[in-house]
Amino acid sequence: MGKRLRVVDVERCVDCLLCAFACARRFGGGGLAKSAIAVRSVGGMERGFVVVVCRACEDPPCLAVCPVGAIRKVEVGVRVDADRCIGCSMCVEACAIGAVQWDAVERKPVICVHCGLCAQYCPHSVLAHEEV
Amino acid sequence: MPGALHRVLFVDLARHRSWVEDRADLYSESLGGAGVAIELLREHCPERCDPLAPENPIVLAVGPLTSLYPLASKTVAMFKSPLTGNLGESHCGGRSAMALRLAGYGAMVIMDRSPTPVYLSVDAGGVRFRDARTLWGMSSSLTAGRVMLEREGGAGHRTVLRIGPAGENLVTYAGVTVETYRHFGRLGMGAVMGSKHLKGIVIAGNGDLPVADRGAYQRTYRDLYTRAVRSPAMRKYYELGTPENLGPLSAMGALPVRNLQATGYGTEPPLEGEALAREHLGRRLACSHCPTACIHLAALREPHPEAPYFYKTTFVSYDYEPLYALGTMLGVEQPEDALRLLDVVEHLGLDAMSAGVALAWATEAFERGLLDEKALGGLRPAWGDARVYATMLECIARRAGPLYTLLGEGVDAAAAEYGGDSYALAFGGLEMPGYHTGPGAHLTHLTGARHSHLDSAGYAFDQEDMKAGQSRSPKELARALLTEEARRQVLSSLVVCFFARGLYDADTCVACLSAVEKERNWDDLMALGEDILRRKHAFKAREGFEFDALRIPARTLEVPTPLGGLSENTLREAISEVERLLASGERFSHG
Ligand code: SF4
Ligand code: SF4
Repeated sequence: MGKRLRVVDVERCVDCLLCAFACARRFGGGGLAKSAIAVRSVGGMERGFVVVVCRACEDPPCLAVCPVGAIRKVEVGVRVDADRCIGCSMCVEACAIGAVQWDAVERKPVICVHCGLCAQYCPHSVLAHEEV
Repeated sequence: MPGALHRVLFVDLARHRSWVEDRADLYSESLGGAGVAIELLREHCPERCDPLAPENPIVLAVGPLTSLYPLASKTVAMFKSPLTGNLGESHCGGRSAMALRLAGYGAMVIMDRSPTPVYLSVDAGGVRFRDARTLWGMSSSLTAGRVMLEREGGAGHRTVLRIGPAGENLVTYAGVTVETYRHFGRLGMGAVMGSKHLKGIVIAGNGDLPVADRGAYQRTYRDLYTRAVRSPAMRKYYELGTPENLGPLSAMGALPVRNLQATGYGTEPPLEGEALAREHLGRRLACSHCPTACIHLAALREPHPEAPYFYKTTFVSYDYEPLYALGTMLGVEQPEDALRLLDVVEHLGLDAMSAGVALAWATEAFERGLLDEKALGGLRPAWGDARVYATMLECIARRAGPLYTLLGEGVDAAAAEYGGDSYALAFGGLEMPGYHTGPGAHLTHLTGARHSHLDSAGYAFDQEDMKAGQSRSPKELARALLTEEARRQVLSSLVVCFFARGLYDADTCVACLSAVEKERNWDDLMALGEDILRRKHAFKAREGFEFDALRIPARTLEVPTPLGGLSENTLREAISEVERLLASGERFSHG
């Protein structure tokens, strides 16, 4: 079976965003436009953070809502066919946990592919890449 | 090209206009950060202008490594300082550097004064001027920050800079709070914002950053990251944060206590890093793109003063310098008391260090009869009395009466009026940091371009000399300090956090730059560092700075350091050598 990305100990998250920068580097460059992982504070940084990553749904709402069938299911998670995608952002709305990020430069969704790169770069063991 | 580093965003507060200029010339010559900021300051700050006049610009700049590498997390701010009347420079992390760069700018120049209070909302599309009349006069900078963030909402990664009452009231060492726990603390950027009727700045960025060589970038990044998380040099900041220094400085007799009347504690020092972590550490945070997470927040749980079974828990960020200034320097030894004072300055938007040193001077001046209760508004400052100090801080921020108004302009201003300059602990107009380690430390405070301990870290040279049981001649010390200061110009032009100075050695800087920008060699970078330092001094000379006019407070000479008593002649000899090397134009960083 494949591996899935999971948030294992969010209390240790320090909001460094190294995970998000690692995710964006998959495409070779820097910045955050292409990051599929989001870190948000829970009402003030002192209260801690939530790290939002795709849960690899059994029955993915993002896929179901896409009007042009640009999202398909794979072994772990989903893939977006960027050529088919019309940039309507309905998938962003459909994901209840907000795991579909939006690349404002390309106007396309960015969804986690469960490659585990972010977990390798999390200095505080918040993320794990685990067998499903 | 959108997202390019050399896009400089100009803001005209008087006309509520903004525009972008392409300054590829500046960036290719001076890298970014401090190198670019000093040029923009020179260009836009009229000679000898009043620092609180509309003409004084605020420059914010990031560099070629920003948001591309771990620990390249800082923004450099430059302005003319209302505290020293000369070069003002302050570095701050949080999310500021990331947001500015990912919004597509390498620098921002804020000019003139708005007719009414505003805050700025900045993103890739430009600047919106928002009415801040409702926020003006709020008692806490933290509330104002939260309101701005909530109003702006929006996407992207956001930073929020803002001032508190101290900045609005032009206290010359008012700072700027970033997110909730980081600061452009020193030299009065908060007062300059106040003078511009600028309450805050929200910046949102979410862009892409192309790199020159993708393969080299991935390799350099991986190597740097691995060293950053394993490095023993970073461990110190990682575990206990900067307060780890307090114990050792006390033990060696270099920790200023009660306005430097003493230099340490015989037994267990109070406010020491390990005990603070054990009793109070509530959460740790990092600046964006920093694995170290040196930001330590104490959770301060206090009962409500009247209502039984009501408690409030306040999170207070603590670091060595504020603990020294509002703790040991004031004889405040209970951790809860010191943390409460740190929280007060956070709300008021004061620089903790200058504020603490000003209160320390006032306490001693009161003890010695130079100040009376009447001048102090009925207050009686006493070492260790955090309650009275909290009230005095409020008075300073509100500029209540002539004495507090002067205390809000620094110890030099207060001592000029009331006397007691032998124990008014400021160097070049900036209140002293927490190091009485030896000649190196004080020479840094005297000769550093902004009179900050971080300019050339003389305290580190002192500690080296202590360990080695050696001493350097004034000339050797002068050259060592200048070399370090030049190297730090490179680091603050790239821009990387000074805590990572051990990690960003010559080879690392060169490799990082080559992968994302273009090939440079270290010797050229050091030559540039020297040049930037000379440009800062040229600005200072233009604004009237003279090495000969530097005042050395007698207290620093009377109270022995771990390296023995300091002699004025030796210090002056080293100062002259610094001046000579800077003026000569010769390369000082080798040989
Ligand atoms: S993006 Fe959201 S909806 Fe789609 S598979 Fe992942 S968690 Fe489920
Ligand atoms: S890398 Fe780890 S600690 Fe840093 S923001 Fe991501 S999950 Fe949090």
